[in-house]
Amino acid sequence: MSEESKHSLPVINNGMSRRTLLKGVGATLGASSFAIAIAPIAQWAKDTSVDEFLQQHYKELSSSDLDQVITRLEQDAKDKYGADVTIRDHQPLPDVQFAYALNLSICIGCRRCAEACHQENNHDRATSNSYIRVLEMDKGSLNLEHGKVNYDHPVPADDKFYMPVQCQQCENAPCVNVCPVEATWQEEDGIVVVDYNWCIGCRYCEAACPYHARRFNWKKPEIPKQEINPKQGYLSNRIRPQGVVEKCHFCLHRTRQGQLPACLEACPTGARVFGNVLDPDSEIRWVLENKRVFVLKEELGTKPRFFYFFDE
Amino acid sequence: MSTESNMPTATPPNHFTSYPRFIFRSLVLATDGSWLFYAWMTLLTAMTLVGVHAWAVQVRDGMILTNMTDQVSWGLYIANFTFMVGVAAGAVMMVIPAYLYRDKEMHDVVIIGEILAVAAMIMCLLFVIVDLGRPDRFWHMLPFIGRFHWPISMLTWDVIVLNGYLLLNLHICGYLLYIRFLGKKPNPKWYIPFVYLSIFWAISIHTVTAFLYCGLGGRPFWNTALLAPRFLASAFVAGPAFLILAMQVIRRFSNFRISDHPMRILVNIIRVAILIGLLMVVSEIFTEFYTGGAHIASAQYLYFGLHGHNALVPWIWTSIACTIIAAFIFMKPNIIKHKWALDVACILAFIGLWIEKGMGLIVPGFVPSTLHEIVEYLPSMTEYKITVGIWAFGLMIFTVGLKIAIPILTEQLSTQQISKQQENEVQLPVNSHAD
Repeated sequence: MSEESKHSLPVINNGMSRRTLLKGVGATLGASSFAIAIAPIAQWAKDTSVDEFLQQHYKELSSSDLDQVITRLEQDAKDKYGADVTIRDHQPLPDVQFAYALNLSICIGCRRCAEACHQENNHDRATSNSYIRVLEMDKGSLNLEHGKVNYDHPVPADDKFYMPVQCQQCENAPCVNVCPVEATWQEEDGIVVVDYNWCIGCRYCEAACPYHARRFNWKKPEIPKQEINPKQGYLSNRIRPQGVVEKCHFCLHRTRQGQLPACLEACPTGARVFGNVLDPDSEIRWVLENKRVFVLKEELGTKPRFFYFFDE
Repeated sequence: MSTESNMPTATPPNHFTSYPRFIFRSLVLATDGSWLFYAWMTLLTAMTLVGVHAWAVQVRDGMILTNMTDQVSWGLYIANFTFMVGVAAGAVMMVIPAYLYRDKEMHDVVIIGEILAVAAMIMCLLFVIVDLGRPDRFWHMLPFIGRFHWPISMLTWDVIVLNGYLLLNLHICGYLLYIRFLGKKPNPKWYIPFVYLSIFWAISIHTVTAFLYCGLGGRPFWNTALLAPRFLASAFVAGPAFLILAMQVIRRFSNFRISDHPMRILVNIIRVAILIGLLMVVSEIFTEFYTGGAHIASAQYLYFGLHGHNALVPWIWTSIACTIIAAFIFMKPNIIKHKWALDVACILAFIGLWIEKGMGLIVPGFVPSTLHEIVEYLPSMTEYKITVGIWAFGLMIFTVGLKIAIPILTEQLSTQQISKQQENEVQLPVNSHAD
């Protein structure tokens, strides 16, 4: 066996020397063109630290791990956006179940809620992204098919009513079920959150959501430093990385500290009602008990925590 | 080659030395060929590199370079992924006649199907990776290392079945080629169970991929029980169609002798599958349009346009026309004798189903959006470049696979002939690859 392999190798080499040389040249050319072709990845990798690459899932971080992560993210905001921000990890409050209700009789479709969301949550300025879309609907129909989002005239128009739609914080959330890496889950107070540092950006949740509640960061968000909201939450409004999914989180960095969501505070008509349904004296509890509320696409069985109602 | 052909008569092989030699020999085989072969591989390499570069820029600058939006959040990549799962599954239509029906002639060429399955599976995985916003976080999806949302997320099932199918086919191809390289007879224990498993597995890859879509209640266009059967029917056309074309190319450019018989079997399979597929399309269209209502908005958009938006209408009618014409040509009784017509039918069927599973299935699921916005989608230049790159890479894997397999399979035959005359003859170097 060994004798023959000694014999066969030189034969191949003699017969193939020119071809072997050409193969070598070809392989070298191929490898160097590959290096040139892939080079943009190296420029991108400079912005991604090893710590970020190796970071564990939110639920697996110890408190000291999380402190380190937050310090790094605050430094990133300083380096990349020039802004001094404070990121906190707001925990769900005990005995709290959040719910939202919206009075369609008095919503005038001014879209100030969407604008407030845009600013509160550090959305990309150029795309004027927001977690809220306001549909202009024909009076006499609740069919979303006849809704328009890009209306452009003074509001409220006659014969129209307005229906803002944002994340419904479903109890049986299709987006949570489909996520292959558990990057999104429902917290104890009912808010569905995303770990922006764990999401792989497959966008299966965007396909699964029946309410168009999820947004993808198609590029790095651009925000002038003076416009950045410095009060940030780890699972809520901190500046998101490129290539991950985000969504409405009921402004948990506010609401878990006893404040109201930014969209509610911006509403000029008082159409929005937010609170803890476990609190018997809360306004939300009163609305759910006394108004005939409904949810969107109830037939899908998603069990939203976002309710709509009309005054009689 | 003389070394290898002597192996069986010598002492039992030491795998620690013979396996590296097998790999080395494979590398030599994969990189040797005629000028036409070099030109082909250079072209594919160039196209792959264009795709690699476009992908690298996409990772750096973001998926804003695609034409996808929050409304149409999957596009050309996932469309091609879905189609290639079908091609991979369709390759099983060579395995079933070869192993379940013990068809000798199909058995001789079944490795072509298995190599196609490997190439198509690798393409599928690449199409998923280029669709990720954060490919650097792919490890989050690995079982035990990341957080694998199994069994709830259908995507985790898809990760299991796709990688499983890839490994099964790699094992079957690798084992058979290595054993034949050693000049031995394959031991059925080491591959027959895996072959049977791969038959069920092939069905599962396309079923699970259909379940990705049809399990979404918020997308009425996909939310139909007919989706998985339709996927399978189209897979059993697209896969065999590609294989018929591939076999004719192999016949032309190598000395691997392939009779008309395997092709005839594949044509018979296509004849049945293409009609079942068309029947299911008609059934879907009837149910949608006769019922009417809001749920048909996507189908309306796809086939006829909706409120003046009709980007997909030319695509889907091209697809339907291609498939129907192909079906008619395949029905021709002696189609196997008319290679020109057979090629046209295969190409038409392949294109028709590529559009149907891709642009005709994925995109209309998103139009109109869940809030009934109509945002249209056609792929961007970046998406085309990356897609072409992955196709070129897949063809490269398929070509290399054949370049390794064919000489080993044909040399096996030559080895037996040579070994009969071995005692009194000087061995001639066997040079089976076209040169």
